[in-house]
Amino acid sequence: MINFEYIRASSVKAAIDALAKNPTAGFIAGGTNLIDLMKRGVTAPDRLIDINNLPLKQVTETPAGLSIGALAINSDVANHELVKNKFPLLAMAFAAGASPQLRNMATVGGNMMQRTRCTYFYDTTMPCNKRQAGTGCGAMEGYNRMHAIFGASNKCIAVHPSDMCVALAALNATVTVSGTKGERKILFTDFHRLPGDTPEKDNTLLKGEIITGVTIPKNSFNKNYYLKIRDRASYAFAVISVAVALEVQGSTIKNARLAMGGVAHKPWRLTEAEKFLVGKNASPENFTKAAELAMKGAKGYGQNNFKLKMAPIAIVEALTKAIA
Amino acid sequence: MDKIIKKDKDIDRVDGVQKVTGAAKYSAEYDFPGMVYGVLATSNVTKGTINEIDTKAAENAPGVLAVITHLNCPPLPGYKTTPEQEKLAATKKGYKVFADNIVRFNGQPIAIVVADTFERATYAASLIKASYTKEKYNTDFDEAIKSTTPLEGNNFKEYVRGEANAWKNAAVKIEAEYRMPIEVHNPMEIHGITVVWEGDNKVTLYEKTQALSSTQQNIMRSFGLKQENVRIITQFIGGAFGSAFNTWPHSMAALIAGKKVGKPIKLMLTRGQMFNLVGYRPEAIQKISIGTSPDGKLVGITHEATAMTASYNEFTEGIVNGSRSLYNCPNVNTIYKVYPMDLSQPTWMRGPGETTGAYALESAIDEMAYALKMDPIEFRLLNYAETDLERKKPYSSKFLKEAYQLGADKIKWKERNPAIRSMKEGDWLIGYGTGSGIFSAWRGAAKVAAKLLPNGKMILQSGVTDMGPGTATAMTKLASDTMGIADRSITFEMGDTNLPPGPMQGGSGTTSTLGTAVFNVCESMKKKLAEMIKDNSIFHTELVHNVKAEDLIFENGYMLLKTDKTKKISYAEVIKSAGLTEIVIEEDSKANPMANHSAFSYAVHFVKVKVHSKTGVIKVDRVVSAVDAGKIVNEKTAESQIIGAVVGGIGMSLMEEGLIDHRYGRWVNNNFADYHVAVNADIPNIEVLFVDQPDPILNPIGAKGMGEVGIVGFAAAITNAIFHATGKRIREIPVTADKLI
Repeated sequence: MINFEYIRASSVKAAIDALAKNPTAGFIAGGTNLIDLMKRGVTAPDRLIDINNLPLKQVTETPAGLSIGALAINSDVANHELVKNKFPLLAMAFAAGASPQLRNMATVGGNMMQRTRCTYFYDTTMPCNKRQAGTGCGAMEGYNRMHAIFGASNKCIAVHPSDMCVALAALNATVTVSGTKGERKILFTDFHRLPGDTPEKDNTLLKGEIITGVTIPKNSFNKNYYLKIRDRASYAFAVISVAVALEVQGSTIKNARLAMGGVAHKPWRLTEAEKFLVGKNASPENFTKAAELAMKGAKGYGQNNFKLKMAPIAIVEALTKAIA
Repeated sequence: MDKIIKKDKDIDRVDGVQKVTGAAKYSAEYDFPGMVYGVLATSNVTKGTINEIDTKAAENAPGVLAVITHLNCPPLPGYKTTPEQEKLAATKKGYKVFADNIVRFNGQPIAIVVADTFERATYAASLIKASYTKEKYNTDFDEAIKSTTPLEGNNFKEYVRGEANAWKNAAVKIEAEYRMPIEVHNPMEIHGITVVWEGDNKVTLYEKTQALSSTQQNIMRSFGLKQENVRIITQFIGGAFGSAFNTWPHSMAALIAGKKVGKPIKLMLTRGQMFNLVGYRPEAIQKISIGTSPDGKLVGITHEATAMTASYNEFTEGIVNGSRSLYNCPNVNTIYKVYPMDLSQPTWMRGPGETTGAYALESAIDEMAYALKMDPIEFRLLNYAETDLERKKPYSSKFLKEAYQLGADKIKWKERNPAIRSMKEGDWLIGYGTGSGIFSAWRGAAKVAAKLLPNGKMILQSGVTDMGPGTATAMTKLASDTMGIADRSITFEMGDTNLPPGPMQGGSGTTSTLGTAVFNVCESMKKKLAEMIKDNSIFHTELVHNVKAEDLIFENGYMLLKTDKTKKISYAEVIKSAGLTEIVIEEDSKANPMANHSAFSYAVHFVKVKVHSKTGVIKVDRVVSAVDAGKIVNEKTAESQIIGAVVGGIGMSLMEEGLIDHRYGRWVNNNFADYHVAVNADIPNIEVLFVDQPDPILNPIGAKGMGEVGIVGFAAAITNAIFHATGKRIREIPVTADKLI
C-alpha cells in the first residue's frame, strides 16, 4: 500500500518546520480536493501535515479592510455578516461554489490550492504536462469544452476551478504566506500563475511556504455581482463566471473591477475593460465595449470555442445584473 | 417540491423506515468472519491481446491471497464452448471474464486481486502490469457508420406497413435527424456482490440483481451447480434502472475468486467502473420523416434509427417500435441499424428503446405540428390510434386521450401563447412543450406463497427483488385490499431464491405479473376460509345454509355475511378453531399471452422551461406528467415512480452525456463531477396525474405498468419547450447553454 504518515501541527512554525524537514510532505486542511487526488493516484505525499488546529480561522475587520485566516471555512466566511455586508461579491462567489457539504469542509487556503479539474490531469494513464511534465497535453486536441481561452500555453490549457478566487482577484486581495525565511505578501492576482512551460506549477508559493491568510482592502463598491454559468444549477464548476464590483455614482462608474473564472489557468482580471469603464456611463453600449476589450487575445481550442461567444455575453450580463 | 400527498387509502413504503435509518442491507453490506476483498485490475488499451501479465508484485504485496487472470483462471463448466457456439458471429459470442487473453474494450478486467482488506487489494491491483499486442480499434460512432457495416439478421429487417416512404408524396412533410449520446444508469448504489461458498458445490450470493431466477440459472450453468445449491439474496437495491439484469463480469470474477480462496469475498465496483462494466444506453442517431394531408392527417412516418453495440455482444432494443403504434398512420416503415464497436456492451436502461425512439418521434411530431400551424396536442388527437395497427388488434385499454386532457388542463396548455419566442418573464424566455410515451404492458408468470396465521396476520412470499419502485409496498396494499387485512398485519418477504420464484423486476411488468399472483392467492385464501366455515352455525340463516365466498364480505380480518353483517367470524378464530398453526397456499400464476389484445401504458409530459435570453441557461420551471398505467395500486409510491423518471428525463435532456476520447478509447467523464446528473436545484415542482382506469383484460387487478413509460417522451417535451421559448430546434441532446447562444 502507499502508506503515508500523518502528523498534526500545533503552530504555524511547527507546520513550516515539518514541511522543511520533509519536502515531499503536504499540508492537509479540509481535504476536499487532496483526498480525491490521492485516491486517483495523481499525488502521493508521504507525510500529511494536518494544519486544522492552527489558529487561522478568524474573519476580522481591520482598519485596512478584512482579514481572513487561511483555515476559515468557506461556508463560515460566506455567511459572515461582515462579508455579506461589506464584501458581498465574495459572499456571492462562495455561494456559487461547490455544494453545501464541500463548503462546510473547504478552507480559504485550500480553495486557493485546489488543482485543475481537467480530466486528463486526473486519469494517470493519459498524457498531462501538469501531472507529469513532458507527457503532453491531452486536452489540447481532446475534450476541452471546459478549458482556457486566455493565457494558455502549448503545454497546458487547464483552468483554475475556484469561484472564491475570482472574487478575491477582483477585490485586489493580498495573500500572506509564511516560510522558513519569514513572512511575505503576494498580490492575489500574482498568486496563481499562467502555465507557460511549467504547468506543473499552479502558483507562486515557494517550497516550504504556508498560506496563513488573505486580506482584502476596504472598498466603496456599491454594485456587485457574481455570475456563474454552469451545466447544472448546483455542484458544477463554472463554464464561465464573471465577478463584477463597481462604484457607481449617479450613472457614472467611478471604479470598476472585473474578473473571470473558467477561462484561464488563474482568475482572469479584465484590466483593460476596467480601465475603459472608469469614468463612463453605466450603459449597455459601454458594457458591450468593455466586453469587447476584455476578449482581446482570447483563443479557442475546439470544443471550447463557444466560450469566445459566451464570455462577452456573460460580462455584459454580469455588469447589467450588478447595476440592476 | 410539494410534499407527496398521501391519498386516503395509500400506504407508506413498508421498508421506508429501514431505508432511512440505514437498517436496510445492500449487497455489499454483508459481513462474515474471515471476509476478503476482491478488486479488479483493468486494461488500459482498447483492443488487442495480452502478451504477458506480471502479477508478481501484486502477489507479494501485503495481505494478498490470490491474483487470478486468464492464465490461472480455474476451468469453468460454463466456459466450455460447443462447436455450435464457435460458429456464431463475434457479436453473439459474448465475453467471459478471464476466459481468454483478448482485450475487447478499454477498462476490461484483466485480473482480480484478493486481499484481506479492501485497501490492500486496491493497492495490489495497481501493481499488475500487462503488455499487449495492440490492435486498431474504433470507439467513434460516426466513424463506425462511415467505415463499417451494420449487423445483419432478423432483428434488423425493415418493417413496412402500407407503403414505405409514403411521407414523400404527402402534401405537408418534414424530415429531421436527432442525436443522443451514450447515457449511463448511474444508480446511487454502486454494483456490489458478496459471495459465500460452502465447499466447491454450494454458494450463497448477496448480489445486486433485478432478476433472481435468471442470475441463479447463469451461475448454475457457469459453475455446473444444482439449483438448490445456488442461493441468491437481494434484500435491497439502491436503484438499478436496468443495469442489474445481467450477471456481469465483476460478479463472475468474485465467484471465481471466492471459490479459489475458499473465503467469503466482497467486491464493489468503483464509480468509474460503473460506466463501462454494467452497461449503458447506446448512442443513437435517428432520422424521422413525416408526411400529412393539408389538414394534418398522417400519411406516412419513416423512422430510421442507427445505434451501436459492443463487438462481442449484439444488443438490440425497440427504438423504432413506438413509431409503429403510437399514431393512427396507414403507412409506416422503420429501419434499425446497429454497428458493433470496441466498447463495453450496452444494456437496457429505463424505457429501453422507447425512450430513445420517443425522443426522436415526439420531437418530429412537434416539428410537424408547427409546420401545420396546429396545436401539438390537437395534432396528436387528430391522429389518435384507436386500435393497434401494427398488430391489428384492439387495445386492452387506452386512456391516452384522457391523459392529454388531464395534463393539458393542469398546466393550462391552452392559455399559453403558442407563437415561438412570444412568452417572457423578465430576462427569461418561456416555453411550453409536450411529449408522450408508450411502453408495452404485459403479464408474465410468477409464484407466490401466502401464509395466514392464527393471530390474523398474513405473510406473502415471492422471489422478486425491488430496485426502488416499492414492490413490497404495492403487493402489501393489494393483499390488504383483496384479503381485508390491515396492511400492517401483512408482511411481504422477497429477495431470496429460496422463496417461490417471482418475476424479474423490470420491463414495467412486475406489478402486473406479481400482482396477479398476489390477487389470486388472496382469492384462493378467501375461498379456503369460506370453505372452512361453510357449516359454521353463525352463518345459518333462513336463506343461507352452506355459505360460499360469494356470500361473504372480507374486511378488517373478518368474514361477514353480506345479507346480515352482524353475523361474522374472524380469520384468526377460523384458524384457531380448526386447530391449525397456519393456512398455506401457493399460487402458480400463469402469463397472459394476450392473444386478442395489445396492451400499452402511456404517459404524456407537459413542461414549462425558462431559457435566459442572453446566456442561454435553461431551467425547467414546471412539469406535469399524466399517466395511463391502468389502475393505480398505491398512488403514493406510484407518484414517486413517475417523479423519479422525470428527474432522469431532465438529466437526459439537459445534462447526461457519456464521453470517450477516441484517441485512447477511454472514458473521460466517468465520475460524478464530470458526468452530470440532475441535482435538487435542477428539479422543479413535478405534478403527477393518473387516469387511474383499470385495464379489464391484462390482469385481474387492472394495473398496467409505469416504471419505464415515465421517462419515455420526456426529453422531447423539454426540447420542444426550448423551441417554443427560443425558436431554436436543438436536435442533439443534452441541450446546454452554449447550444442556445
